[in-house]
Amino acid sequence: MATATVDTALDTAHEDHGSSTGISNTKLAMWVFLGSECLLFGGLISTYLLYKTRRGPGPTNLAIPTDVFDIPFTSVSSFVLLMSSLTMVLALSALTRGDNAATRTWLLATATLGGVFIGGQVYEFTTFLREGVGFTSNPASSAFFTLTGFHGVHVSMGILMLMSLYVASVQGNLTPKNTETVEIVGLYWHFVDVVWIFIFTVIYLIPA
Amino acid sequence: MAIIEEPLALETGSPGTVDQPLGMLTRPKGGNGWRDWVSTVDHKKIGIMYGVAAMFFFVVGGIEALLIRVQLAVPDGQVLSAGLYNQLFTMHGVTMVFLFIMPLAAAFANYLIPLQIGARDVAFPRLNALSFWIWISGAVFVNSSWFLGGGADCGWFCYSPNSGVTFSPGNGVDFYVFGLLIAGIASMVSSINLIVTVLNMRAPGMHLFRMPVLTWMLLVTQFLLVFALPVITVALFLLMFDRLFDSQFFNPEAGADPLLWQNLFWIFGHPEVYIIILPSFGIISEIIPTFSRKPIFGYSFMVFSGIAIGFMGWGVWAHHMFVSGIGPMSVAAFSLSTMFIAVPTGVKILNWLATMWGGKLRFSTAMLFAVGSIAMFTIGGVSGVTHALAPADTQQTDTYYIVAHFHYVIFGGGVLGLMGGAYFWWPKIFGHMLDETWGKVHFWVMLIGMNLTFGPMHVLGLQGMSRRIDTYAAGFGFEAWNMVATIGSFVIAFAVLIFFVNVYRSYKAAPSLPAPGPDPWDARSLEWMVPSPTPEHNFDEIPVVESEDEWWHRKYGYDEDNRVVRIATIEEAAQDGSAVGVHLPAPSFWPLVVAVGMPLIAYGLMFTLWLTVVGGALTAFGLYSWALEPVDDPDADHGHGDGHHGDGDDDHDDGGDTDEPTMAGVTAGDDAGGE
Repeated sequence: MATATVDTALDTAHEDHGSSTGISNTKLAMWVFLGSECLLFGGLISTYLLYKTRRGPGPTNLAIPTDVFDIPFTSVSSFVLLMSSLTMVLALSALTRGDNAATRTWLLATATLGGVFIGGQVYEFTTFLREGVGFTSNPASSAFFTLTGFHGVHVSMGILMLMSLYVASVQGNLTPKNTETVEIVGLYWHFVDVVWIFIFTVIYLIPA
Repeated sequence: MAIIEEPLALETGSPGTVDQPLGMLTRPKGGNGWRDWVSTVDHKKIGIMYGVAAMFFFVVGGIEALLIRVQLAVPDGQVLSAGLYNQLFTMHGVTMVFLFIMPLAAAFANYLIPLQIGARDVAFPRLNALSFWIWISGAVFVNSSWFLGGGADCGWFCYSPNSGVTFSPGNGVDFYVFGLLIAGIASMVSSINLIVTVLNMRAPGMHLFRMPVLTWMLLVTQFLLVFALPVITVALFLLMFDRLFDSQFFNPEAGADPLLWQNLFWIFGHPEVYIIILPSFGIISEIIPTFSRKPIFGYSFMVFSGIAIGFMGWGVWAHHMFVSGIGPMSVAAFSLSTMFIAVPTGVKILNWLATMWGGKLRFSTAMLFAVGSIAMFTIGGVSGVTHALAPADTQQTDTYYIVAHFHYVIFGGGVLGLMGGAYFWWPKIFGHMLDETWGKVHFWVMLIGMNLTFGPMHVLGLQGMSRRIDTYAAGFGFEAWNMVATIGSFVIAFAVLIFFVNVYRSYKAAPSLPAPGPDPWDARSLEWMVPSPTPEHNFDEIPVVESEDEWWHRKYGYDEDNRVVRIATIEEAAQDGSAVGVHLPAPSFWPLVVAVGMPLIAYGLMFTLWLTVVGGALTAFGLYSWALEPVDDPDADHGHGDGHHGDGDDDHDDGGDTDEPTMAGVTAGDDAGGE
């Protein structure tokens, strides 16, 4: 199964200090990590699916997130997040060309779009709170805030990485030699976007 | 991003670079001061530290077990209060699973994987150090609960709603949650690191299907970890949110489903069973061919059955929940899948037997442990597969029959195998043998002890004695077997004592005995090609691999009648460890700093928030400093850029050209099972 790949990889091994698969260590590590992240979000999404209609007992009959959704608003912020994948690709492409100014522009654009998404999430959370859907209200709301919150933290981590790349670029430490670093951050960023497509579908689009 | 490391350039420099100034963080060369140990990124030292720490927690968990057995020795035991008993059986389980067996397997994985695949270190040496330090900070954190209000008392599975604030108001469960989260981060980092190591760092010619079975089983284990840990991470986070921030995940009064925890826990928990047992399977698969003087029977079957166990391990979790009311359809499905998973396990057992069949058997201590492990695991496996029958399982759930079953699997299959591994690789790791006579006494006492302890539990369970109850009344027929089990537990403790005495005596006797040499057992895989103890740089030249059981084929060939003949002595074929100027990753203190911050964050969330700030700042500071610290020591002349002496000439080409001669005779028919 692996024989053919390994043999061809060995030919190139002399240049890149011998990676048996031909993929660099850091990139392979990121792929394995993202595989693991699938299970993390899988667990959270399953929890939400189990709980999404559970309002809790009693006369209060509290509101659950599906009661207060603003789907057009979230669709717009989802679109913003998905567009950030495009700018991420443009940043990588600019760095490959050696165009530092464009690299910085697109890195900043990606981080900004991510920031707009996070801003939208903060707005959504506060609106929900005002409308009576809090973290502790019922299993449905706990599951909603945990799932979207975990995703939000992931986006924020991505923004931190992008800003680190931006600072590195300003300091002149981001050269075409480092395209793989940008590529790996991009892998993470695209993953977080793809996960959002699943979360958005599961939470907002599939009716209860 | 902060902890992404450059791919390491691990090349052999030309002679004459040995006197290069290595700067402030002097690379420890054979030194053993405490600084070398806390800053080391050497996979061998990290492996040894894992092993030592694991044995320490083996003793801790063992003392907890002895206290449990003393309490249960006679009816109406008064040694422990019910509350303390609950804490002890919980902490016994947590300690033995997360702080003993897993790290002991990690010790073997760290030490042996790079050696078996012909690499100089793991893919990310500093992350490797980080894994160890995070794990040990989590281990100390969990056990600090004894001094801060008592340990967790919810069982190692910590079912909800029992684990909620209502029923567990103390901090014990919080220690459990944060301790497992911290240890989980350690295992996560470690498993990613080892997966990348196995996939990417193999020596030239070391195809996946030439790797030793141990490396394969450890690889499967790491994949199980990588996919199982996030699931329990989710469960632990939900529980933590419930306990600290009043969310409603496990509160039945708010309409929550208690089975959510059970499902999440066992989706992690059942792969965890294979995480525990597969390293032992791998070790047995190394020991038995060596002492049968035959290649492993059905190498590819061994590998694929391990992979099959890895996949099927995901589809059996609900057999832990047959009495929880999951419905007949689920019960039937999980009954079937549980029966099926016995098949690849059976394949392994039969292949070990077939390896021994007709072999030239040498019953060294390691071999005794391996064979004993197979026998004991088979007993546990047979009682295990009967649990697939839901009606029988319904009778046995929460009785001592289950306790008997999983101790035969984990102690018999897991611990005995790992002990065998200790005897097998001891000369490689420490440069002297463990005494064989004491070792054999150790084996027999331990085998008798475990059967005395866990064998009677089958009977007790079928008689109806419940698990996790702190005492029992006289008159149910439990008395005699409980006394036997208690005596047995002390026999096991005595066996562990014999092991420690053996370690000490062998260490003392070592200088007066002949050195074991690189390959004292006439073994088969690459780690036996380097001197004992392993030199810091592992291999003088990275070997070029031409066959499965590469090291064996460098020593033995075939004559014209296809009989096995020796073609090289060990001394001729082995490396002498004399390479100088080998480029190794520089040590670092930052992994330790990052790790120390983590339990502080947890203490802060439990007791006083300002500690969280301190811990978070420490971890962030550690990560930031780590990111700014170059992988390679900048003061050394080995770094990237100028002064890169003879890069192209010295490293990989060496392996290709000069390493060949000893293998000339065996290059023809090098396929699996060709002997």
